[in-house]
Amino acid sequence: MITFNHVTKRYNEEKTAVKDLNFTVEKGNIVVLLGPSGCGKTTLLRMVNRLESISEGNIVINEQDSMDLNAIELRRKVGYVIQSNGLFPNMTIEENVMIVPDLLGWTKKEKRERFDYLMKLIGLDPKIYRKRFPHELSGGQQQRIGVVRALAADPPVMLMDEPFGALDPIIREKIQDEFLQIQREVKKTILFVSHDIDEAIKMGDKIVLLRDGEIMQYDTPSEMLTHPKNEFVSQFFGKDRAIKSLSLHTVKNLQEVIGLAHIDDAIEDTKTINVNQDLRNTISMLLNQEADQVIVTDDQGERIGSITIDLVQKYLHFEIKGKLSVSQEG
Amino acid sequence: MEEWLRFLEINAPRILELTLDHAILVTLAIIVALLIGVPLGIYLTTNEYLAGTVLQVASVTLTIPSIALFGVMIPIFSIINQGIGFLPAFVALVLYSQLPIIRNTYTAIKNVNPEMRDAAIGMGMKTSQRLLRVEIPNALPVIMAGVRTAVVLNIGIGVIAAYIGAGGLGVLITQGISRGDNYLIISGSLAVALLAIIADAILLFIQKRFTTKGIAN
Repeated sequence: MITFNHVTKRYNEEKTAVKDLNFTVEKGNIVVLLGPSGCGKTTLLRMVNRLESISEGNIVINEQDSMDLNAIELRRKVGYVIQSNGLFPNMTIEENVMIVPDLLGWTKKEKRERFDYLMKLIGLDPKIYRKRFPHELSGGQQQRIGVVRALAADPPVMLMDEPFGALDPIIREKIQDEFLQIQREVKKTILFVSHDIDEAIKMGDKIVLLRDGEIMQYDTPSEMLTHPKNEFVSQFFGKDRAIKSLSLHTVKNLQEVIGLAHIDDAIEDTKTINVNQDLRNTISMLLNQEADQVIVTDDQGERIGSITIDLVQKYLHFEIKGKLSVSQEG
Repeated sequence: MEEWLRFLEINAPRILELTLDHAILVTLAIIVALLIGVPLGIYLTTNEYLAGTVLQVASVTLTIPSIALFGVMIPIFSIINQGIGFLPAFVALVLYSQLPIIRNTYTAIKNVNPEMRDAAIGMGMKTSQRLLRVEIPNALPVIMAGVRTAVVLNIGIGVIAAYIGAGGLGVLITQGISRGDNYLIISGSLAVALLAIIADAILLFIQKRFTTKGIAN
């Protein structure tokens, strides 16, 4: 858990980067710091591991004031991922990943076992990559290594500064999915900086929307999309925020609330979609094809029903009006 | 050709001895220059104001003609009765090596990717750990380029040191000039050139040996 109490960052009399912020990142949650450039999101992140000093207020990490610890010790306890992955070209992949355990004085055996475990987590063969160097890896692989490096000493808290920002869209989406998968297993408390709205909606359990160092809204992605608190929030998420909010819901959510339609066998050449797909992809499929329905299949590939635009609209209506509450997957 | 053989037969031991003297003078000067220059270069990356001044002074030192610098050394070292010989030559060579070594160390450390430095600090490395594990290894090729420049420079300037009685291969050349003996001049010059080439090759080997595969290209 990370708690921000009246946190302020002042560079001089005129320039204040962060103004009296108060919020809490719950244990095991991902909170995305979102906002236009210059809103203070990276500064705020870097204040947590004291790469930036705190002018006023305090930051409490798991019930310990960040100023009570020596900065070096604090940083070893907090995982840190940066956009350009920051791997050290002179070290092998294993040395890179094991930097913090090495600084903490782990034994060779402990490091080796941890390395093997972490590499399997991101689907890379530890034997093949152990002795390789960063320049021999693709951008996506390097970024995966950057992420597991932050996980190496199993820190309870992680800071991620636009970790996937430098990747191309296809790889980025893949790594985001992978990371959410990993997060389900490791359940870290994560502060995540992003300027990408779609990324924030996808990755965040909650979003802190910042402007000029002030919090505009701190809420779950769906609350923020459906109930923006002020003009800035609704403008920031754009006119298509209803469509964006569709990516927060899966076909399964819809099925649980209003049920699927029957399959109309009269319609030929219909496409199928997995029940775990989100509604945004479903809607684009429906709009892309002539037919009025898409067949829904479960994980075994069984056809369990169909979905139509009307159905999605009906579901959305319930959701926005807040008549029904549905558990949402970030 | 026969005359050459006869010349070498008589002078080979002496040429070898002078080459060794020359190599020892330059090696000792470079070792001391490294001990001063590398830490100083690293320190300067943290003190921008001093960096400008120190690099300026080192540049000026390098522009002083070697014969003049050796000349200046004589009265200074006469105070401790070492006016001519090994010591003043050694000190002059240390001074001449400073610019390439300090400048290359300073530039190499400065140019380490700031994101890499940020990652190192953010993961909890102490300053010494960051220097030894990240910054120096990544700066090594550029630092070594400076050392190689300094060595080749010193082998050349070391020839002049013969004028102040420091020995070395300059002795052959100065004697050759005063006696009008071409054999002495040519053998001395060739030995100097050969020494420089061999020294550079050895340093290149060391550089390759200590540069990890990750930054080799």
